[in-house]
Amino acid sequence: MSAFWLFVIILALAALGFILGRSRAISSVQGDRRLLHSLPNYYGFNVAMLAFVPAVLVLGAWVIIQPMMISSQVSTHIPAALYEDAGQLNLIMSDVKRVADGLDVAVAQGLMSAEGASQLNTETTDVRALLGEVGVALGSDVDPSVLNAAQEMRSKTTSGNLFMTIVVLIVAAAGFVAAMLKTRGDFRARNAVEGGVKALLIAAASIAILTTIGIVLSLIFNTITFFGMFPASDFLFGLTWSPEGRGGSEHLGILPLLWGTIYISIVALLVAVPIGLFAAVYLSEYASRATRAFAKPLLEVLAGIPTIVYGLFALTVVGPLLVNFFGADGLGWMQGARSVMTAGLVMGIMLIPFVSSLSDDIINAVPQAMRDGSYGLGATQSETVRQVVLPAALPGIVGAILLAASRAIGETMIVVMGAGAAARLDLNPFEAMTTVTAKIVSQLTGDSDFASPEALVAFALGMTLFLLTLGLNVLALYIVRKYREQYE
Amino acid sequence: MSDASLQSGPEMGTPRAKSSILQLDQRTKKRNAAEARFRAYGIAAIAVGLVFLVVLITSIFFKGVGAFQQTFITLDVELLESKLDKTGERDIEKIKKVTTFGYNPLIENALKAAMEEAGVDNPFAKGKDLRKMLSSGAAADLRRFVIANPDRIGDTVQFRLLASSRVDGYLKDRVTRESLARDKNLTPVHLDVVDQLKGAGVVAKSFNLGFITGADASESRPEQAGIGVSMLGSLYMMLVVLACALPIGVAASIYLEEFAPQNWITDLIEVNISNLAAVPSIVFGILGLAVFIQFAHLPQSAPLVGGLVLTLMTLPTIIISTRASLKSVPPSIREAALGVGASKMQTVFHHVLPLAMPGILTGTIIGLAQALGETAPLLLIGMVGYIASNYPGGIIEGFMSPNSAMPAQIYEWAKRADPAYYERAWGGIIILLVFLMTMNIIAIILRRRFERRW
Repeated sequence: MSAFWLFVIILALAALGFILGRSRAISSVQGDRRLLHSLPNYYGFNVAMLAFVPAVLVLGAWVIIQPMMISSQVSTHIPAALYEDAGQLNLIMSDVKRVADGLDVAVAQGLMSAEGASQLNTETTDVRALLGEVGVALGSDVDPSVLNAAQEMRSKTTSGNLFMTIVVLIVAAAGFVAAMLKTRGDFRARNAVEGGVKALLIAAASIAILTTIGIVLSLIFNTITFFGMFPASDFLFGLTWSPEGRGGSEHLGILPLLWGTIYISIVALLVAVPIGLFAAVYLSEYASRATRAFAKPLLEVLAGIPTIVYGLFALTVVGPLLVNFFGADGLGWMQGARSVMTAGLVMGIMLIPFVSSLSDDIINAVPQAMRDGSYGLGATQSETVRQVVLPAALPGIVGAILLAASRAIGETMIVVMGAGAAARLDLNPFEAMTTVTAKIVSQLTGDSDFASPEALVAFALGMTLFLLTLGLNVLALYIVRKYREQYE
Repeated sequence: MSDASLQSGPEMGTPRAKSSILQLDQRTKKRNAAEARFRAYGIAAIAVGLVFLVVLITSIFFKGVGAFQQTFITLDVELLESKLDKTGERDIEKIKKVTTFGYNPLIENALKAAMEEAGVDNPFAKGKDLRKMLSSGAAADLRRFVIANPDRIGDTVQFRLLASSRVDGYLKDRVTRESLARDKNLTPVHLDVVDQLKGAGVVAKSFNLGFITGADASESRPEQAGIGVSMLGSLYMMLVVLACALPIGVAASIYLEEFAPQNWITDLIEVNISNLAAVPSIVFGILGLAVFIQFAHLPQSAPLVGGLVLTLMTLPTIIISTRASLKSVPPSIREAALGVGASKMQTVFHHVLPLAMPGILTGTIIGLAQALGETAPLLLIGMVGYIASNYPGGIIEGFMSPNSAMPAQIYEWAKRADPAYYERAWGGIIILLVFLMTMNIIAIILRRRFERRW
């Protein structure tokens, strides 16, 4: 039985449990609801919950684990002569899976019987043509050992599915019966149900932790594999990045990428911080209510525009514009539309609302009494801002700038489209450079297999990026917490 | 400055005779000038920000609006029986055997006839050169029509066929005679013909519905490319995000806001959530690649995987805004419910949650809008590079089979070499922004209409 129908059956059992549990509770007190501990529905929910939740958990775990177990068992039966490393074994296993799926389809369409499929032989039948008929295209002819493995996989899956059906149904029935037996007038059904709901809430809250664990584990494992193939010191301190490897040698040094990232971020912050900060000061200290209500949301629109739009803007508007001034016809500093300046400028535009609205909040949090004190001593408004308000808000502003920097470092689309692909250590801001994020994209898209150092390096880059942005965020929080003046 | 008057007192001893309270002294003038300058900096900063916004919006509009117009060539094509159905049996299988090559002569004849009618001399010896004015997909359009209506074979039917992207570019001023000098797809001679046909009304620009509903096309046929299929991909992705992120986000916020005890686990979860909100989106792409594709073997490029990755990405946003709106429900509501005997769980689900719902929905819509425009994680799970050329067959296929998504499609177009695709990319951005704007406006209306001030 397929997992889907099993799920439907469990669902039906739960619905039945709700009705039966509810009526059993009412009849156990001879219809006098006042004698029940909880509202009747809670008895129903309790039965439904116990019938549904454990069974679905078992089902979900089984569906995830069974294919992995089977494929690891089957892969041990593939003759070692057929593959050299784990990558090739993976390819063979995906072939096996395709053949097994194709046989399933063929049986489902009635092209052959179930026994026919398990007795299929490469010598008597053209398996590839057969599977092609049912719409499963294979890249090459089917090797006998692959067919055998596929048949073994099918038989194991069939028996596994049978076993799963039995176990899941037993679990569901056991939960159902246990809950029914407990259903009596004095049973504290509401507490039981609320306990279950609370467990659900806790599970939802811990998904945040699971996500972080998932990120860290997927980065760490792949990074370790990468460092097994490529020396860590060459990665961390290498000055060249050329994954293609001319003459068989590849250089995967991160320093040029880090330099590009930092250079572009600096340009972006040089654009965003002055504009954002002055805008925030003006909006919170000078602007009339009407101006503020008009300009603040408009500036924040800049933050709501997707980064792909900024990327295309950099590529087709800002880049060519810069080439007009600094290119071969102008000052001759710029070769192509893609450069550090292009990406940095556009990223700066994107970060303006980020800096301005964070700083705006922080400036507004400075108490009015401090300004009044300053005015009382004869200071002008700008002197008050520069010498009283900004120093008081400084930790918050530094925090905002650090958050903006972490944004800039992690930004992908603008640099992919605007900064170029050449990794170099250069000081000319009109030169094309590349960043960590752009290289993650270029190493992981395309047809490269995941076992090669060229693809795995992306995980090491991702790890670097993750640690870098995490560090900046933590630092920002620390500064804000440590140096914040408490005015209340 | 507080000590300003103290310092300036003795200095101003000599000029005091001239100075009065109505006459500003040097130092005050300087300070006032500094004040004016500071104010001007502020205004300039805001002006620069707004100018950037205006430039961005206008360039999006002017560069993208062309994608909604397309050049069509209206031709009366005679569907010759001798070419399409030699046996005359109207056997659909035999008609299907005629490939698009078989339809090319019909198009050439129709073009020649149209040119004759318009009084245009045919400068080309070969019909193949003439056909370059039309999209290479035109013959396929014809074939599709004939297979759908085999009884029309032998009739003369009027078709509105797509012009080739070069001709389209010429009518939109993207292509000039100079730029065609070394182009092998079209020559300036073609443009003379196009000019005359345009005068005769055979070649004309009109609204391009195909761009909104159509599928992506191969690199050589930008005139056929549309964003419809990837729009559907985005829709499926958003359904996944909505179905996963809203319940999980609300449940997590309820726990953290209403039930969680103050201990290190709760702290850990909170720190985690605020950190996840700041993790670069590409890292979520790496996570999706490693966990959903490498580990769980979910299909690559599928909207399901994209939706799951975007769910993880938007969860922190949704949790943060949900917690804020739960917090804004005053404690008196909770106390009243508890006072009449409701349990903690009943208080939350019967009273607090319904009151917080408008705020939660607003936050969710804004989170969805953010997810809709996100591109970087989609690059890593293979949604770029997949040519979304077919509509998915059914709902399950819509979730599981490879598709593109709007931002991924835009990026894909921006990568292609033909400048005609830039126009498509900007057009796609207009559509994307229309969606985002609608979602944000709905969120604002929800907030204005239902938000309660306590």
